[in-house]
Amino acid sequence: MNGKPLASIISAGMTKFGKHDGLLTRELFSEAASEAFCRCPKLDPKQDIKAMFIGHMGEAYEHQGHTGSTLADWAGLTGIAVTRTEAACGSSGVALRSGIYAVCSGLADVVIVGGVEKMTHRTTAEVTEYLAMASDYPFEQFHGITFPGLYALMANAHMHTYGTSEEQIGMVAVKNHYHGSLNPKAHMQKEVPLQNVLASKYVAWPLKLYDCSLITDGASCIILAKPELAKKYTDQPVHIVGSGQASDTIGLYERQTLTSLTSAKLAAKEAYEMANITPQQVNLAEVHDCFTIAEILHYEDLGFCATGQGGKLVESGATRLGGSIPVNTSGGLKAKGHPVGATGTAQAYEMYLQLTGQADRRQVKDANIGLTQNIGGSGATAAVHIYRRDN
Amino acid sequence: MSSSEPFTIEQFYKFLSTNKLMAGKCVKCGKIHLPPRPLCSECFSREFTWIPLSGKGKLLTYTIIHVAPTQFQALTPYAVGIVELEEGLKIPGMIQDITQEQIRIGMELMLDFGTGILPQNWPAWCRYHFISLNP
Repeated sequence: MNGKPLASIISAGMTKFGKHDGLLTRELFSEAASEAFCRCPKLDPKQDIKAMFIGHMGEAYEHQGHTGSTLADWAGLTGIAVTRTEAACGSSGVALRSGIYAVCSGLADVVIVGGVEKMTHRTTAEVTEYLAMASDYPFEQFHGITFPGLYALMANAHMHTYGTSEEQIGMVAVKNHYHGSLNPKAHMQKEVPLQNVLASKYVAWPLKLYDCSLITDGASCIILAKPELAKKYTDQPVHIVGSGQASDTIGLYERQTLTSLTSAKLAAKEAYEMANITPQQVNLAEVHDCFTIAEILHYEDLGFCATGQGGKLVESGATRLGGSIPVNTSGGLKAKGHPVGATGTAQAYEMYLQLTGQADRRQVKDANIGLTQNIGGSGATAAVHIYRRDN
Repeated sequence: MSSSEPFTIEQFYKFLSTNKLMAGKCVKCGKIHLPPRPLCSECFSREFTWIPLSGKGKLLTYTIIHVAPTQFQALTPYAVGIVELEEGLKIPGMIQDITQEQIRIGMELMLDFGTGILPQNWPAWCRYHFISLNP
């Protein structure tokens, strides 16, 4: 492919992430779709959009299955082909990949790709249980291993193997809360000092409350067009030039390593090769910081630093706004929030804003190439995408 | 060892309820599967034989769960870890009868079969856990 655009983003929309009492997923999603339609006046949604791919994880939250067609209906798109993708927290990263398949195949010139989740009306115990469903039932859930627990197992292994400290892990939270304080759509928009992160209660040792992403409601979407047609709809398209998706065993315990996500490495390799770039050419990234330790693993798996050096990278400030490779300028899952099905396309939304110069106070200067990485569960799914500004 | 039982997770737990820790070995390529599975992920063979495992191993990593789903809330805080068995296979589980201060990566553990009571309803599985090999 050699860096040739696969598909181009012509518009994007996202609700504020947070607590949306009284709204259902369909109502949340219609708000995100509306923003995307309004941003792109040259698009006639009913006429132009031929297919929809939706990431949504759980029926349990709202006692509502068959959400693909439901969301198309409430976005005013009834009649088009809708596909729902489910890959836990990676659901809409996979939807994005599916949208690219559709555009590249020539079956659809314009598609809408999005995701949604409504979670805050449930108790923490219920959400803990629903999220755990994305892990292995007979050997992980059945024996009391929670989702924070799985990442805590990886954190402990990383600390033991490479000497990564609880302080370094906590610095990811401090950085992402700072970024979140600059994002008016973030769930939490205030800075959190390291001492508060370290003093927060344990959820699954060594991970504490402030090491965990937020339980959040929200929806996001982007509109993809065949690259040759993008300029018909907007003067400022963002091109997707690399796409990688990979899988791994559902059980964390079955994997070769506990200090790296093999699926993330495979997906990154595929995306980098397609985009024909090296990790050092990436100007900014949105990565899947469902837990702070995850962001440290991702630095290494994406090639932003050497194996085992992720803790030192965050400590150096390189991944903070103004650093050499800003990561999670949106606030990430940590501060922006993690409505699981919406996360993958919310990352793409941030990249769209950054590469069209619309990220306001958190704008990365001269950003040309961006990367998003969305993970399902403890790493049984990974999707990596690479974006380039239109030149 | 009899190979007439199906190579399923349910059968794994049935064996466990009779104090046996069993894995499935592929007859064609020799790969050992824990848990057993009906299709070899290495060579796609469907022929296996049961092999007993010692239940002894080393702790690869662990965590202490403080926030648990409703079903486990009464047990918090509790320790869970991933154990690498002598045979090289890995299995997760709770770690019991060791104070949390004494748990460390690399320590030797052994599987305890617990009560071995299989529930009547699905899932008909029982809970094993790990204890220290050198208490």
